[in-house]
Amino acid sequence: MSIWEYANPKKFMQTSSWALPFVTVGAVACLAVGLFWGFFLTPEATNFGSTVKVIYVHVPSAMMAINIWVMMLVTSLIWLIRRHHVSALAAKAAAPIGMVMTLIALITGAIWGQPMWGTWWEWDPRLTSFLILFLFYLGYMALWEAIDDPDTAADLTGVLCLVGSVFALLSRYAVNFWNQGLHQGATLSLDKKENISDVYWFPLLLCIAGFVLLFVTLLLLRTRTEIRQRRLQALEQRERMA
Amino acid sequence: MMPELGKYTVTVMGSYIATIALLAALVALTLWKGARVKRALSAQEERMKKNG
Repeated sequence: MSIWEYANPKKFMQTSSWALPFVTVGAVACLAVGLFWGFFLTPEATNFGSTVKVIYVHVPSAMMAINIWVMMLVTSLIWLIRRHHVSALAAKAAAPIGMVMTLIALITGAIWGQPMWGTWWEWDPRLTSFLILFLFYLGYMALWEAIDDPDTAADLTGVLCLVGSVFALLSRYAVNFWNQGLHQGATLSLDKKENISDVYWFPLLLCIAGFVLLFVTLLLLRTRTEIRQRRLQALEQRERMA
Repeated sequence: MMPELGKYTVTVMGSYIATIALLAALVALTLWKGARVKRALSAQEERMKKNG
């Protein structure tokens, strides 16, 4: 079986209908256990006090903000190269989720930054690139709404997605590129010595899994809605022409 | 049951409340739009079936 079979809307609707209950239950379970564990059962950190608990919402949302744009890049490329409508609709469906994740990362970062850095906002490379990524999400969504022809909208938003990928990449590596600013380096590392302590790491892993599964759940739901919306528009057009 | 958050109570609680509120709004909007479009599509298909 080829992966391109899922580019068929009917096949996508069948498969997503089957998968949705599993990912939904997984998302709710991981988020409930991860957030409960992180909020109620983790100790205060030496440097950050109880604000360490903010990582359970800040880190997963920041990771998703970048990775959702990467997913949109891949699906946009599939649209631009192979013209599969479901991939363009999946990119469109993912954008509002990515926008909310970026907003969560910006808000929780600002709330955490005030007591830790003494400021809500700083024009630091990572913060600034995240703000630009947020604006790209808004621009991407606005462009979809501004163009009536869906194929033209998919083409232009696909190109915008390619351009915005520079900022998605910068958001991830800004701290490494410019060794300046307030934002610390990566919280997570494959090197056990550099990674955060296990007592914070395990609930964080659960929260990350929860955010990923929540994204998949919402993406499937929203893509199904976009497919139905496209069919509705086609039927209305057919009725007008009859 | 509530953990001792000390002087950072507002910071920690604010972060969690903002996150949960934004995620809840996103989920609610997704479900609302999904139900609206599904209803409209069913009605359109029904109308076209009646009209042949």
